[in-house]
Amino acid sequence: MSRIERRFQALKAENRAGFVTFMTAGDPDLATAEALLARLPAAGVDIIEWGMPFSDPMADGPAIQAAGLRALQAGTKLAQILAAVGRFRKIDDETPIVLMGYYNPVFRYGVDRFCTDAVAAGVDGIIIVDLPPEESDELTPQARAAGLDFIRLTAPTSDDGRLPRVLASASGFIYHVAIAGITGTRSAEPADVATAIARLKRHTALPVAVGFGIKTPEQAAAIARIADAAVVGSAIVENIARHLDTAGKPLPGLVDAVVAQVSALAAGVRAARKA
Amino acid sequence: MTHPIPNSYRTGPDQDGHFGPYGGRFVAETLMPLILQVEKAYEAAKADPAFQPELDYYLEHYVGRPSPLYHAARLTEHFGGAKIYFKRDELNHTGAHKINNCMGQILLARRMGKTRIIAETGAGQHGVATATVCALFGLPCVIYMGQTDIERQAPNVFRMKLLGAEVRSVTSGTGTLKDAMNDAMRDWVANVDDTFYIIGTVAGPHPYPAMVRDFQMVIGNETREQMHKAEGRLPDTLVAAIGGGSNAMGLFFPFLDDPSVRIVGVEAAGHGVETGKHAASLNGGVPGVLHGNRTYLLQDDDGQIIDAHSISAGLDYPGIGPEHAWLHDLGRVDYVSITDREALEAFQLCARLEGIIPALEPAHALAHVAKLAPTLPKDHLLVMNMCGRGDKDIFAVAEHLGVKL
Repeated sequence: MSRIERRFQALKAENRAGFVTFMTAGDPDLATAEALLARLPAAGVDIIEWGMPFSDPMADGPAIQAAGLRALQAGTKLAQILAAVGRFRKIDDETPIVLMGYYNPVFRYGVDRFCTDAVAAGVDGIIIVDLPPEESDELTPQARAAGLDFIRLTAPTSDDGRLPRVLASASGFIYHVAIAGITGTRSAEPADVATAIARLKRHTALPVAVGFGIKTPEQAAAIARIADAAVVGSAIVENIARHLDTAGKPLPGLVDAVVAQVSALAAGVRAARKA
Repeated sequence: MTHPIPNSYRTGPDQDGHFGPYGGRFVAETLMPLILQVEKAYEAAKADPAFQPELDYYLEHYVGRPSPLYHAARLTEHFGGAKIYFKRDELNHTGAHKINNCMGQILLARRMGKTRIIAETGAGQHGVATATVCALFGLPCVIYMGQTDIERQAPNVFRMKLLGAEVRSVTSGTGTLKDAMNDAMRDWVANVDDTFYIIGTVAGPHPYPAMVRDFQMVIGNETREQMHKAEGRLPDTLVAAIGGGSNAMGLFFPFLDDPSVRIVGVEAAGHGVETGKHAASLNGGVPGVLHGNRTYLLQDDDGQIIDAHSISAGLDYPGIGPEHAWLHDLGRVDYVSITDREALEAFQLCARLEGIIPALEPAHALAHVAKLAPTLPKDHLLVMNMCGRGDKDIFAVAEHLGVKL
């Protein structure tokens, strides 16, 4: 059983939703990002999404675009990100890590080599934003063979006719994009999200995580009442940005401040179904 | 060369939008259903006997087609070799070939019931053409333009505003064409219900590369007919400038299966391909995935996109249309490059000898003609696509020549 399966099984046993965070690997630099990573499990994070920075992140809003640029300016490379995951695995062998990004850096790294190296480092799954089912045949067989979950995105625009194709090669969990839009902008109405989840559940037995537009512990709790997991990204990344000096270097207290925010969000998710 | 030579070079793309290993639909799931809708609507439009006549009406009466095929006698004499013809697409309404495509796409958007238009622009020519057709049909229009380009193309920014468009300055990334395209895609994702995205070149996710080519193919079709009338035969060589590659694809496509026709695409070498400051994706890039398609890209070893550089804002793009990438690999089209300096010389030469101020984009094509023509016999028929006029570029050229306006 994979780490992701074990984690969702444990969540089910606890009768609560999972809490998923997104941060960009290498933001504002790899050392700071690693220090944050190491503290996420204790702060209540159930699954970690780590962003692989890309120069042209078409599906992301300003906050995550800026985080990617900071990571790239700090010189972050894909190989270094994989090595950092390997170091994290020495201190935590339970918390699933999903790498999220765009296809070109993976393609350039080499699909076979990437899948092999990612699994060897301890990565559990990947989300490639710009690799829809129409194009993913060049990656999903290698990912499956290597033991890497290929986590599919679904959107409000994915209709019933399309969902079977989208979900056919999915594994691990489904990441439902709650709004038609980019990261960190609008927030979804929980009622619309509930409808979308019900529709997804007719097509898949996989857990459904919901993200895009969730910023506060209250919003996270609202989603946690109806989804299998709630994802928060931009709000955390914005908090990182608030703790940088004018040169983009981390100010003292950055890690503590972000961990405090993450803990509050986690508490929101954990309290949701008891409320 | 690892790909078999096809029976025809005019069969692409396949049903999933691939030209050999290039093209495709590399977009986020939110956009995927929209891309499929555009494809379906475009197929329906092609099958509708009323669509092409409607487009032809506007191309004739509004755009001013056909554009002339003009024998550039003085340049021919000057170079002392091949007989040089210009396909005069700079005489179109709005001064470039861009409007051929915008007219086709806005008619499609209207068929789809879309009520809001967005577009990206680099030099501003595609933005002006889009704003123009939006004014013509009374649709609101938002143009994304990089902050850097807004500064160097002020006259076109003002034109777009006069035409009623909203010009949104793009500061993300490096504030050039690729970032404008990113922001236009982001807008589209957020406004899926009412918005149509008019992409300006033969790039982006399928069906755009094929659709834009089809709308620009009028250039090559007219050239074929006009050359037959003028000389009673096919041309021997075609030359066109390439940024994304829409004017070139439009000229080249009808001739791809005529083996006697030599075809040359001219990329922007900026300061020189060897300096790293250029926009020559085929001559200085490697395959990758950006903006919805796989093609040759300027990128570093880690797959991060590198900024293009060219004196011509219209060629300043780190990618190239996927069909060009395929034709490059197959060897059907030769892709060469021309530096900023060479283009500037050709720009001035054309103004002096032909009374035509070319845009900096076709000035690149002309600079290659200057190298090629003298090596060819006098009965060799060479067609260069004069895809835009240079009014928009006079400020930039003056600055490069050290002239204060």
